[in-house]
Amino acid sequence: MTGAKVLAFGGYQPDRVVTNDDLAKLVDTSDEWIRARVGIESRRIAADDESVTDMAEAAGAKALAASGLAPSAIDLVIVATCSPLVPMPSVAATTAYRLGIIAPGAFDLNAACAGFCYAMGTAAHAVMAGSARNVLVIGAEKMSSWVDWTDRSTCIIFADGAGAAVVGPCADDEPPGIGPVVWGSAGDMSDKITVTGRTGAMQQDGQAVFRWATTAIHPVAREACTRAGVTPADITAFVPHQANLRIVEAIAKKLGIPRDRVADDITHAGNTSSASIPLALSRMAEQGRLQPGTPGLLIGFGAGLSYAAQVITLP
Amino acid sequence: MTDQEILAGLAEIIDEIAGVPADEVTPDKNFVDDLDIDSLSMVEIAVAAQDKFGVEIPDEQLKDLKTVQDVVNFVSKNS
Repeated sequence: MTGAKVLAFGGYQPDRVVTNDDLAKLVDTSDEWIRARVGIESRRIAADDESVTDMAEAAGAKALAASGLAPSAIDLVIVATCSPLVPMPSVAATTAYRLGIIAPGAFDLNAACAGFCYAMGTAAHAVMAGSARNVLVIGAEKMSSWVDWTDRSTCIIFADGAGAAVVGPCADDEPPGIGPVVWGSAGDMSDKITVTGRTGAMQQDGQAVFRWATTAIHPVAREACTRAGVTPADITAFVPHQANLRIVEAIAKKLGIPRDRVADDITHAGNTSSASIPLALSRMAEQGRLQPGTPGLLIGFGAGLSYAAQVITLP
Repeated sequence: MTDQEILAGLAEIIDEIAGVPADEVTPDKNFVDDLDIDSLSMVEIAVAAQDKFGVEIPDEQLKDLKTVQDVVNFVSKNS
């Protein structure tokens, strides 16, 4: 069976920068408080008329360009998202059409903040099974449209953006570049992160989620390493979902991965749910922080509750 | 385990998680007001205390544990 690998990443952030001081004008909070609790210094918020699809297209175009593949080489498009304004049509089909990808398989996948790793796993399976040759995997979110801007426990955290990866087949003599996905869920905790009703806003039991994320997630990351035949010490780039810098640091510490190998994109991107991992990866690639050919560890976790992790060979 | 042993173990945990020197962790200290420990660090302390003492401190209980002595009492009573 042919293995799958990541060929390239791409990211997109909206132009509008929202600082902590800006938020302190809306709700009772402060720059100091936000930095200490979640590690965010600023975030990007989409324009009113900028959609999840617009951001998915922008990130997808960059990943496609970086991969060197023509749009016609892509035959499956998966968009991980939990924040489109409408449940249909899918973001994926429109995004593919706008990128000039002709009649690909296209669907959206919702595993909330874990979505990108679920999509990456699904893309790898499609390539390995022979049902797709090259896959465009996108995480795109407009969380700002689901946030209550008077709720200081959530509006300081969430943000907008998109990130993408192109997944393709390995050469015959090449080891698999995407390790087995380790995925799971905890539906008994489904009430911990929710949106209730069509016009509802996100609500989160921050303390419960923090406890879960700092205790239940690092064993999943460790398992993904084991399944891929590496150890956490081998990981040159650890890119967990950018939920909260303190969660990121707690998980990295439990795995023993030094800080300079850990994504901290949340400081200037906020928590962009399923977009956070590919957005962080694309920025790390731009900064030269990814060592091609070495193992990177990705792990997403969030509402569901759901989680997924895999080791990839960095492009 | 004696209260003194629990206190010593708790002081180690607080030093590790919040960087508060162990000799500052005395029974009458309030976590928020005296030790500058926030609610998320309290969760981390609760998790570490569970590993160390084998006593689960659920979130619902955690909010009532305001001083070092409160935690020592809780661990002592439930261990």
